[in-house]
Amino acid sequence: MRATLLPMRMLSREWRSGELGVLRLALTVAVAALTGVAFLADRISAAVAMQASQVLAADLRLESPQPIGEADLAAARRGGLLTARATGLLSVVFAGDRSQLADVDAVTAGYPLRGTVTVADQPFATGRPAPGIPPPGEVWPDSRLLAALGGHVGSRLSIGAAELRVTRVLISRPDAGGTFRGLVPDLLMNAADLPRTQLIQPGSRVTYAALFAGTPGRVAAFKHWLGTHQRPGQRLRDISSTSPQIRSAVDRARRFLSLASLVAVLLCATAVAMSARRYVGRHLDSVALLKTLGATRRFTVWLTTMQLLAIALLAAAIGSAIGYLTQEWLLYALRGVLASRALPPASPAPVAIGLLTAVALLTGFALPPLLQLSRVPAIRVLRRDIGPPRPLVLLAFGPAVAVIVLLIYWVVLDWKLFLGFTAGLAGYIALLVLTGMLLVVAAGRLRARAGVAWRYGVARLSRRRADSIVQIVAFGTGIMALLLLGIIRNDLDGDWRRSLPADLPNYFFVNIPPQSRGALLAYLHARGARTTRVLPMMRGRLTAIDGRPVEKMRFANRRGQHFADREQNLTWSATLGAGNRVVAGSWWTPADYGQPLVSISTEFERWLGLRLGDRLTFDIAGQPFTVRVASIRKVKWDSFRPNFFIVFAPGLLDKLAGTYLTSAYLAPGAAESLAGLARRFPSVSIFDIDDLLADVRSVLDKAVLAVQSVFAFTLLAGLTVLLAAVQSSREERRYESAVLRTLGASRRTVLQGVLAEFAVLGLLSGLIAAAGASVAAYFLTTRILDLPYVFSPWACVVGILGGGIAVMASGWLATRSVVRQPPLATLRADI
Amino acid sequence: MPSAQAPAARGSVLKAEHLTKQVQSPEGLLTIVHDVSLDIAPGESVAVVGPSGAGKSTLLALLAGLDLPSEGRVLLEGRDLTRLDEDGRALVRAQRVGFVFQSFHLIPSLTALENVMLPLELAGHARAREAALETLRQVGLKERARHYPRQLSGGEQQRVALARAFVTQPAVLFADEPTGNLDAATGARIGQLLFEMNAHSRTTLVLVTHDPELASRCGRMVHMEAGELR
Repeated sequence: MRATLLPMRMLSREWRSGELGVLRLALTVAVAALTGVAFLADRISAAVAMQASQVLAADLRLESPQPIGEADLAAARRGGLLTARATGLLSVVFAGDRSQLADVDAVTAGYPLRGTVTVADQPFATGRPAPGIPPPGEVWPDSRLLAALGGHVGSRLSIGAAELRVTRVLISRPDAGGTFRGLVPDLLMNAADLPRTQLIQPGSRVTYAALFAGTPGRVAAFKHWLGTHQRPGQRLRDISSTSPQIRSAVDRARRFLSLASLVAVLLCATAVAMSARRYVGRHLDSVALLKTLGATRRFTVWLTTMQLLAIALLAAAIGSAIGYLTQEWLLYALRGVLASRALPPASPAPVAIGLLTAVALLTGFALPPLLQLSRVPAIRVLRRDIGPPRPLVLLAFGPAVAVIVLLIYWVVLDWKLFLGFTAGLAGYIALLVLTGMLLVVAAGRLRARAGVAWRYGVARLSRRRADSIVQIVAFGTGIMALLLLGIIRNDLDGDWRRSLPADLPNYFFVNIPPQSRGALLAYLHARGARTTRVLPMMRGRLTAIDGRPVEKMRFANRRGQHFADREQNLTWSATLGAGNRVVAGSWWTPADYGQPLVSISTEFERWLGLRLGDRLTFDIAGQPFTVRVASIRKVKWDSFRPNFFIVFAPGLLDKLAGTYLTSAYLAPGAAESLAGLARRFPSVSIFDIDDLLADVRSVLDKAVLAVQSVFAFTLLAGLTVLLAAVQSSREERRYESAVLRTLGASRRTVLQGVLAEFAVLGLLSGLIAAAGASVAAYFLTTRILDLPYVFSPWACVVGILGGGIAVMASGWLATRSVVRQPPLATLRADI
Repeated sequence: MPSAQAPAARGSVLKAEHLTKQVQSPEGLLTIVHDVSLDIAPGESVAVVGPSGAGKSTLLALLAGLDLPSEGRVLLEGRDLTRLDEDGRALVRAQRVGFVFQSFHLIPSLTALENVMLPLELAGHARAREAALETLRQVGLKERARHYPRQLSGGEQQRVALARAFVTQPAVLFADEPTGNLDAATGARIGQLLFEMNAHSRTTLVLVTHDPELASRCGRMVHMEAGELR
């Protein structure tokens, strides 16, 4: 009991005295930064998962060319899940003497389990949520189908042997958009009418889908069950297989936010280490006294451990609360963006992360010096020159390094990135230490040439060698982190806005027959549409690599196997599209046209294990083509422009062109003319990706705001480091100031000395930080965030001047009161 | 008249046998205390006097088990301190020893009351607060129990230190220049209080001092010079 109560009582006394202020602040900021990001990322990921579920119309979707047995659905219902069925097939739909191929989807009650079906009374009108599914005897064709058939609400459509009445126009359904699943217009009907149509005959190509939705735990359990009961030909889709664009944006944001919060945490770790060092310095006498009064070493170790644990718990609780509130505030600030969607509640996991972080930081950065404190000999009460024995270097720095390394890996979860980041950080700190050592030597040489104030300030740098180096490292790291975040935030924000401008193509046009190509473009341009490049599209299968048939090859990668097994969409192009970058080989020149050359994307290269110069054989429309890999492209798939994994040189496949595709931006008003386009070019499939774009934009807006809030945390962490650094030398400064003033120095002289010292530290730290931030920004933007790097000279100016001024100002603020204190009071207190 | 000889008949509470303390210095091995033997009876008060650098404080540290001798041994109530490890000596101090220092050594983050409670809490005393308050009353500082050391004068701080030393009712009290940091008048008052409390609690007192007035109040005075008792 005594062993627990006494440490707590002593902690509460220390707490009251403010001795632990900076330590507490640093830990709280670290926890708040990390948990704030974790809460936000958690909820945004959950929101994205929700959006992704809407694309599937379910949490889990089982698709099969064979009817799915009732047993699977019954099992799902027993497992507490909601179920529905959707049966899709292609059929020609008639209205009088007009006909159109359509994707007929027959659904059961409950559809969609996730997301909403919207309907209207006119084609291409604004949709409103539908009240359930079409009742038996009724159908909801989409705008394109109705326009192509020349029908309207009230018309009767023949679908197979059945005649059904149009009661509404289908504007959108969750599982239709964005995934290019169907290339033909859509029609929704009740599954009860399906037998009457007699559309399903032996040999019909039908896709049967069973839809499941429920709580994440139940869905996961059922998914596991399905995995063991899945039949050949069945395909299970869940949220991880949808919405690549949104996922890519969120992943990018999450990576950046995690790195930014990690920087805040590392800064706080510096502050923790510095304040622990100060705490040790100030408590040598107290611990020696405790031992004199009978405290054993084990007790002092226990005392320290209990106190640290209590501090960790409190910092974790307060930090997590601040993190949660910040995230709540962010979501509140974004209520306009998020109005239509209720976000799932935050999970409690980040609180555990916060506690772990606090414990890890204390264990790594505060425990070693504090344990060293327990080794102070009792004799110090009589001989103040005796301190604790010097610790082994491994013990002093080992835990801190281990904690940093673990934290970095835990945040990035990627070996390559981890090694890069850790090596960069280690190199940078080594550079700072080296600079600090040079500064100390230079200060020692230069002091004789300076005036009294400067000499006093600069002399401190060389005399307090270890302190000066620690401060250079702390200031340098802090300033660099802030500069780096500043540079990257601008790059990121600018790039996101650039990559999603307001006039980004919002319609895709696929299946354009070669003879209609010119007329369709003219039609679109006449209505003010801005089109992107028009690409031919044909289907072909990869049959051999360097003469070896792919059927006989085995690919470790599932996607690679998929590529080898199925037909691919192919194109040719003279120009390298926007969002494409050649990373190996070179793009063709007019001299290469007609040559058997191909350009592949980095994914294709990786999944199939290809290299530049490999010979690939394709079967296109029954003809073999052997081409050489002339270039490898990195493609930005989230650019919302048509892109292909495989692009041939022009002039080789011209005679084989199947159809063309393009995309265009149509202003909201111009969308009306799409009905006319659908009538005039009935075979062209139109994809409206406005909704998807709106989703991505809203996610990016959230991400930008989140970046800014994390930036605020990092700024706060930087200030904590400044505070810790300044505070660490406060007592000594107070004493020195008193001695100097007793000897006749004016306040002004003493202050000038302090300013000289901090100015030198700040300017030097700022200089190295600016260089470090520029190099780090280059690697981060180009290697991790896939953004173009633009050198920013302002970062150097801000780093050097800002760093110098900020460090000088904080030094001045912190020592102002020290200088003001009457020297006698200080000297008396110290005697 | 104080004498250097120990009273033989009453047995001893503290006994030093051939104590020698040597340390490494840049000039080689330095002998700070050389072959000191001392026998102190229960309730006795002994002043260790001598010039600065004579080794008085080192002898005090050895007698109190704060440091270990290079040779010889120290018996406190019959227990050989040189055979105990650091924690063992700490336990002996917690139970049987009190200290007063020249520079008070109060913990700045604790109030006067908390400073006095500390040794009781370390020894697991059940009614630490009451006992501490009572001792503070004895030194005349009950009203200032909630003040922090920085809010107290030098004399008041040393009275708190006295209260802290006596609150555990130690068998032996070690005092290292208890008036050294105080002006003459305050020093005299603190000396007075120290001896009053010592008499009241019948504690054995080992006092290191430069102050002849304070030394003369002790029952016995030993002179130390160049590490040896003269």
